[in-house]
Amino acid sequence: MVATQEAKQTVQDVTGEYKYGFVTDIETEKAPKGLSEDVIRFISAKKDEPEWLLAWRLKAYQKWLTMEEPTWAMVDYPKIDFQDIYYYSAPKSAEDGPKSLDEVDPELLRTYEKLGISLKEQEVLAGVAVDIVFDSVSVATTFRKKLKEAGIIFCSISEAAHDYPELMKKYLGSVVPVADNYYSALNSAVFTDGTFVYIPKGVRCPMELSTYFRINEANTGQFERTIIIADEGSYVSYLEGCTAPQRDENQLHAAVVELITHDDAEIKYSTVQNWYPGDKDGKGGIYNFVTKRGACRGKNSKISWTQVETGSAITWKYPSCLLIGDGSVGEFYSVAITNNYQQADTGTKMIHIGKNTSSTIISKGISAGKSEATYRGLVRVMAGAENARNFTQCDSLLIGDKCGAHTVPYIEIKNPTAQVEHEATTSKISDEQLFYCQQRGLETEDSVALIVNGFCKDVMKNLPMEFAVEAQKLLGISLEGSVG
Amino acid sequence: MLEIKNLHVTVGGKEILKGLNLTINDGEVHAIMGPNGAGKSTLSYALCGKDGYEVTQGSITYNGKNLMDMDPNERAGEGLFLGFQYPVEIPGVSNMNFLRSALNSQRRYRGEDEIAAVDFLKLIRAKAAELDMDPEMLKRPVNVGFSGGEKKRNEMVQMAVLDPSLAVLDETDSGLDIDALKIVATGINRLRSPDKSILMITHYQRLLDYVVPDYVHILAAGQIVKTGGKELALELEEKGYMGLGITESAA
Repeated sequence: MVATQEAKQTVQDVTGEYKYGFVTDIETEKAPKGLSEDVIRFISAKKDEPEWLLAWRLKAYQKWLTMEEPTWAMVDYPKIDFQDIYYYSAPKSAEDGPKSLDEVDPELLRTYEKLGISLKEQEVLAGVAVDIVFDSVSVATTFRKKLKEAGIIFCSISEAAHDYPELMKKYLGSVVPVADNYYSALNSAVFTDGTFVYIPKGVRCPMELSTYFRINEANTGQFERTIIIADEGSYVSYLEGCTAPQRDENQLHAAVVELITHDDAEIKYSTVQNWYPGDKDGKGGIYNFVTKRGACRGKNSKISWTQVETGSAITWKYPSCLLIGDGSVGEFYSVAITNNYQQADTGTKMIHIGKNTSSTIISKGISAGKSEATYRGLVRVMAGAENARNFTQCDSLLIGDKCGAHTVPYIEIKNPTAQVEHEATTSKISDEQLFYCQQRGLETEDSVALIVNGFCKDVMKNLPMEFAVEAQKLLGISLEGSVG
Repeated sequence: MLEIKNLHVTVGGKEILKGLNLTINDGEVHAIMGPNGAGKSTLSYALCGKDGYEVTQGSITYNGKNLMDMDPNERAGEGLFLGFQYPVEIPGVSNMNFLRSALNSQRRYRGEDEIAAVDFLKLIRAKAAELDMDPEMLKRPVNVGFSGGEKKRNEMVQMAVLDPSLAVLDETDSGLDIDALKIVATGINRLRSPDKSILMITHYQRLLDYVVPDYVHILAAGQIVKTGGKELALELEEKGYMGLGITESAA
């Protein structure tokens, strides 16, 4: 708390705005708008962080100041004013949220209902102040106890900075360097939330890890930072996100995820992203600029990314694998749906460094309305990567004639023993397919959902069972109104 | 009972059906034959409500209900089934999943409960066995990589599972070898019963050797120009359309 007071004092000294609504209301947990060294010091103080982490953040900020916003992606949006954003605000207190489901956007409730989410869960997701102890609290307690017994560390990134400084120092920024790109630098300077996972040697995590169970951190952070380390011979499956749309007022999101696998370890990382995509006319919606990368450091280790992207107005995301250890394996399975005015530029990078490394890329893009979807992928085989193998399949499905699908594959081979395959297709949902389904009794939207789910099957089957069922329903909901 | 009165249908601005009349009572099997371009497929699509087949005059009622006000899936819910001339492929969607979704959708339309997974499995396995379909085919994506004969057999399995009260078969027999033709005939004959109506659209009298119709109609230039019993098909086979005084521009 002392640190917090100091930070407030510092900010007060620097910003003129401070006296308006900031210092007068002690309870306000918001840093002033805009980004400066002082705001970063404020965040670090709020989190009661060790000195080294503050220094790390400030260094990142200095880097960021020298960098340019990237423009190579096939996305079009108004310039972001980085001084017009709040970089820190504490999770809202219960009083700020809706008092009951009656106060929640009916459109949101309708989606929950279609996803088959229980009333209790709906309240939690919609941010309703729930003052009774709901089921998942006790579930989560048992859950954490079980993990502790196995020696698994599963906590927030802030807790990790306090409790596991050695691990944090060793791994933070080790896969995605601070200056990797504009958004990773920004994230490094201001990250406020995220998850830290460490699986000890030889431990197979007994359950799917999901942020859902980290109740204290239920609010999705704007600048999330996630680190997952799988030590020798361990295994973990991690679920990010939720099929239900989340109430979220932050427009800009820039997360960084770093995965590390040591010898014979495996990480399976599954994402369902369903943030607000904006309305039918393209107003509003989240900008999602994410850097996700995994390093297969150990021999015969494996990292598998599976993502279902249905939300956000802008998606800029390339979960990648550095295949360093000999015999390591990288996988990328992706479904990206865009409707109305959404834009998605997503794909992967597979960097083959070790010998006998292999990678698989299966990308399914579905565009409807006036949306644009781009697959952008890089397969690089370095000179030392003997017998590297890659298989890439990129399929695009168009619904209607006002949307677009683009495939931009880069292949760089520096070793003659490499075997690289690339397949790509583009197709449309035909009127004949729709009529066939309808004639058998299916409603138009169910027909579209069925056809799209069929198209995505190769990816969906890689999702954990429970997730897959909800994700299937989500595909249908995302494409509502796209036909007829 | 299906009643089609003075049906005029336009496709892409061109009038194809020009005042077609047809009544099919419960329990009856009708066959429609006719030269290419007579409007046979147009009739089946217009019945099922396909987009782009615009009814400009006349009426279609089924069991007293006006079908023309209904979407294709609603018509299916009312008991209408179309056996396609060219069944469509749906990659990644298993036959089983497709049919269960369709059946449940029809049941919901009729206000019935969805079928339990176990009951559905029993039903579809039984119907596949009746039509000599390898049960493995049920797990494969709808019509993907199926031969012509397999696709038509699949249509018959779908028909058997959905159990329609009015089946329209649009040249289901074309391009089939004799074994596949017999399967199709088996499918139709199994459906045949006093409370169901069947309309077969065909080029050849061959199918009618296996499924004997109550009535045969000849469709030419958008109208039914001749109606008779099963012997009309034989006469047509022998003499051809020209021999019966029917030309492409009859009307």
